[in-house]
Amino acid sequence: MSIRQATKAFLSPAANPFPDGVTVPVKGRSLWMDARTRFLRNKAATGSLLVLVLLAAFAFLGDTISPWDNETIDWGMLGQVHVVGGPSLETGHWFGVDETGRDLFARTAQGTRISLAVGFVGAAVAVVIGTIYGAVSGYVGGRVDDVMMRIVDVLIAVPYMFVLILMMVVFERSVIMLFVGVGLISWLDMARIVRGQTLSLKNREFVEAAIATGVRSPMIIARHIVPNLLGIVVVYATLLVPQMILFESFVSFLGLGVQEPLTSLGALIAQGAGQMRNDVPWMLGFPLAAFVALLFALFFVGDGLRDALDPKDR
Amino acid sequence: MTAFVVRRLLIAIPTILFLIVLTFTLMELAPGSPFDSERGVPQYVLDNLEAKYGLDRPAWQRLGLYVWNLATDFDFGPSFTYRDRTVNDVIAQGFPITLTYGLLSGLVAMAVGIPLGITAAIKHNTWLDTLAVGFSIGASVLPNFVMAPILVLVFTLWLGWLPGGGWNGGQWNYLILPVVALATSYMASIARLTRSSMLEVLNAPFIRTARAKGLPMRRVILRHALKPAMLPVISYLGPTFAFLLTGSVLIDMFFSTGGIGQFFVAAALGRDYAIIMGVTVLYGVIVVALNLLVDLLYAWIDPKIRYG
Amino acid sequence: MIRRTLIGLTTVSALALTAAVPSFAADPQPGETLAEDQVFRYRLAAQFPTLDPQLNEETEGFHVIRQLFEGLMNQDSEGNLVPGVAESFEASEGNTVYTFTLREDARWSNGDPVTASDFVYGWRRAADPATASPYQWYVELTQIENAAAVVAGDMEPDALGVEAVDDRTLRVTLEAPLPYFPAMTTYGVLFPAHESTIEAHGDDWTDVENIVSNGAYTLESLSLNEGFTLVKNDQYWDADSVEIERIEGYVIVDDNQALTRYEAGEFDMLEPVPAGTFPRLQEERPDEANSVPRLCSYYYPFNFRAGDDVPEALSDPNVRYALSLAVDRDVIVDQILQGGQEAAYNFTHWATAGFEQPTMPMQEMTQAERDAEAQRLWEEAGSPDLDLRFIYNTSDQHRQIATVVSQMWKQKLGVDTTLSNSEWAVYLEQRREGGFDLARSAWCGDYNEASTFLDLMTTTHGSNDGKYSNERLDQLMAESKTSENPQEIYTEVEQIIYDDTAMIPIYHYALTFLLNPEIKGWPLENVENNWYVKDFYRTASE
Repeated sequence: MSIRQATKAFLSPAANPFPDGVTVPVKGRSLWMDARTRFLRNKAATGSLLVLVLLAAFAFLGDTISPWDNETIDWGMLGQVHVVGGPSLETGHWFGVDETGRDLFARTAQGTRISLAVGFVGAAVAVVIGTIYGAVSGYVGGRVDDVMMRIVDVLIAVPYMFVLILMMVVFERSVIMLFVGVGLISWLDMARIVRGQTLSLKNREFVEAAIATGVRSPMIIARHIVPNLLGIVVVYATLLVPQMILFESFVSFLGLGVQEPLTSLGALIAQGAGQMRNDVPWMLGFPLAAFVALLFALFFVGDGLRDALDPKDR
Repeated sequence: MTAFVVRRLLIAIPTILFLIVLTFTLMELAPGSPFDSERGVPQYVLDNLEAKYGLDRPAWQRLGLYVWNLATDFDFGPSFTYRDRTVNDVIAQGFPITLTYGLLSGLVAMAVGIPLGITAAIKHNTWLDTLAVGFSIGASVLPNFVMAPILVLVFTLWLGWLPGGGWNGGQWNYLILPVVALATSYMASIARLTRSSMLEVLNAPFIRTARAKGLPMRRVILRHALKPAMLPVISYLGPTFAFLLTGSVLIDMFFSTGGIGQFFVAAALGRDYAIIMGVTVLYGVIVVALNLLVDLLYAWIDPKIRYG
Repeated sequence: MIRRTLIGLTTVSALALTAAVPSFAADPQPGETLAEDQVFRYRLAAQFPTLDPQLNEETEGFHVIRQLFEGLMNQDSEGNLVPGVAESFEASEGNTVYTFTLREDARWSNGDPVTASDFVYGWRRAADPATASPYQWYVELTQIENAAAVVAGDMEPDALGVEAVDDRTLRVTLEAPLPYFPAMTTYGVLFPAHESTIEAHGDDWTDVENIVSNGAYTLESLSLNEGFTLVKNDQYWDADSVEIERIEGYVIVDDNQALTRYEAGEFDMLEPVPAGTFPRLQEERPDEANSVPRLCSYYYPFNFRAGDDVPEALSDPNVRYALSLAVDRDVIVDQILQGGQEAAYNFTHWATAGFEQPTMPMQEMTQAERDAEAQRLWEEAGSPDLDLRFIYNTSDQHRQIATVVSQMWKQKLGVDTTLSNSEWAVYLEQRREGGFDLARSAWCGDYNEASTFLDLMTTTHGSNDGKYSNERLDQLMAESKTSENPQEIYTEVEQIIYDDTAMIPIYHYALTFLLNPEIKGWPLENVENNWYVKDFYRTASE
């Protein structure tokens, strides 16, 4: 049996000859290698990965190559931004300036940096906590499931704003608190989706076989349930990233998040949208372009990952 | 199954009670008061206002009284900001509005998103896949707060086809822009979840068997694949519909619909405890109810799923 | 800009002498063709919380209440007093007793006559602690006899010094001579109230199906956060001269959305225009874009609390003065706000009635000279290494101004500023409790007189959030209440605030709005921006 076939067998439930996962040592690694090969064959996905890398490079290096930083005001621009504040190589404002005459290139770069971090932290929390929580709830079932899911119901319904305001009062405002604030909310829907899938998965033959052979529950969840959830988890995680980036601007509105002169993509887009009628299209255009590029790239990368992780698919 | 539903309905009571206590505690701890204003109000005015709204009582009494009034009279109490309204009045005005456009948006998002997702999955890795997916994502790249002003700019100012806002009793031409603005943001999520789930199902052994038997694709999809593929979509739709039905503040704000989302956010910012609590309870009830519905749908989709 | 001296206060005495004052009403000019459809539609930036005149505390609601109800006196297009329900009044005993004669034909919308006891009922209701009006303090401000005791709950509401001598005669007794008392009756809190309606319906009396009002319009429909409509009240005593038949209000929270809808012709008046759009609108729509003074001042108070971690250096007035000098107000008003606001070097708004704006030393310097002086003072103080804690409530405009000011300080004086925004309620609490060095603040006059601003800086004022305290200033402001010539006092108080740099005044507000030129009769000269739709009319479009 080739490694590839074995991997397939492992993940393809019905055909799995080793329901208890005995043969893991070789397969664990090969699964990922195999996935990588498949991922790299997907042109849209690799292209998008490149876009993501470029975005990250822009976010982390952008303001170091820019002649302007993100807070210095170009006084000559103030009051006539719509005339002279546009994108220009001459002035050194490659993306133009914002309504207070600050360089938009540096601000977009710095904002993208924060937003990428927020998006990925949100997604990571959702993937880790949401998946474990949902899988445990769905797999264990019964009263445990009832309690765990009713807790999620309450957390979904509770007015979030007050949680964030209290965090601000109790702790110092900082970017860390922003991550915590975003993380707190990001995993709830994920937990529900994962639980739904788990409810269905746990009745499949391969799980029943594992139970019959005496494999302990945590092991079944880790070995049989979670790997079969990965596709949907990855797709939902990539959907979450843009949502969290926009959610950040709400957190910052309350005062918990990013403070001036720092900014974020969500804030820049909101401010740009407010200037939509003032003949300054670059204020909305560039931040929105970064956001849209991120959205599309995540989509294809997410999809590529899904396909790569789903070995049944060819 | 009846036993299950009854049990869940019984659990709903402590769940909502817990939600009330949690929300009450949060509001109690958060800084700010409903009677704050830029011009520091004189103390005697504050005292009178607090006496009128019973805020001078200890917290446990207020909480007890609230739960009692809610349980016995279904009375959410008077609003702190809208002096001549009760929370019941506010919900009675706003909820039918958000219910209408929320439900429509959800249905539109599903009606477009699900077929797009299925098409993309069936024609996986073809240009049709890319097109379907590209369309769904392209329609949703604009955040609500960018989409709404653009819609009004185009359809109200430039073309003059549709009113730029208002509700007007839910007349159809007032509904279009809010529904479009809201639906697009959920369309892509639904399409993507459908597509990825459908892809997984299409590769499952029982579908392959069905196809090997020579059943036509159309039939395989409709008879066998569709139901299981909807599982994650339904999980997603539960909380999403709960959110949609209680309204989106951005939609209410940009289109002046008079829906409940705007009331809620204004209440939260203005610390109108009564409206916050009322809308939260309403939202909680809808979340619990929809999640019960979702669980019932799970059992319908996959008869092997057993609760209890 | 020409400094107008407003005459709101002086006209009062003139009015008292003349019994037959012409009323003020819609007055189409010869050569103008009236439009078929006499409708006035406007945008509201927020939902008003109530239409109850005694309970209302904000402007959006008051604009509607002013159309629905009518008090003893109204204002004309310049803010002068004109008769409302009262056809005349007489002041006696050194301005401590006012006797108003009500017009015979004043009617409620259900046909009942408007009597003196409706005013007595309304005023007692406003003062009664059981009503819990947030504007209860306004009754105390009027100095009506026993007002302070009634609002405090120490006396019954019927002890209030207002009585109905007969149906058409209302007598008010004041505790102190108040020449501008009649002007105070133009505010909603002192409007009449229809007792039987309120007693019958309680809090619901302002609902569309219950409300009984005495103004030129009645409420036709109301949908919170969406809009409302008013229609002409045929029972109104001056209904014959009311031209506009219908008023439509649209609640649109987002300024940009509102502008787009105005441009689409959905309504006739938009206020305020979105930040930064005024210059463009002025260019594109010169007949429609207006900017008028608004009695509010924008300022940054310093925090004078002891032991609040305020940097030692800020206790040096020269350091505070340097920070104030370094703020280039012209950049803020001309390049950021761009809506006709005026740079501020003193606290009281320049357009306040009877207020002569003092010229501060800083105003005679160019910005370059100010910067040089700021740097000199800064070095003299040992170039303190500061990181200022600055708080503001989340809003684009506050953020922009704070950004620009913090950059001015950074570049001119090397001062760092940590900007902290919060949502409204948290910000208010912070401002009250301390924990900042400077706080973005604004103050709007409650009435058109300088003390409404300057009282704020007295030690015990509830909104003195910087906790500034100066004995001389407190004493002066106390004196000003009874002074024959308060202007002198105001000048000295402004000078004290300036010399101490108790605050950094930034700008004096202007109200920017778009008005359809077909709508005539808008009171552009009324600095309190109190408009009465009954005085408007709509001309036909050409």
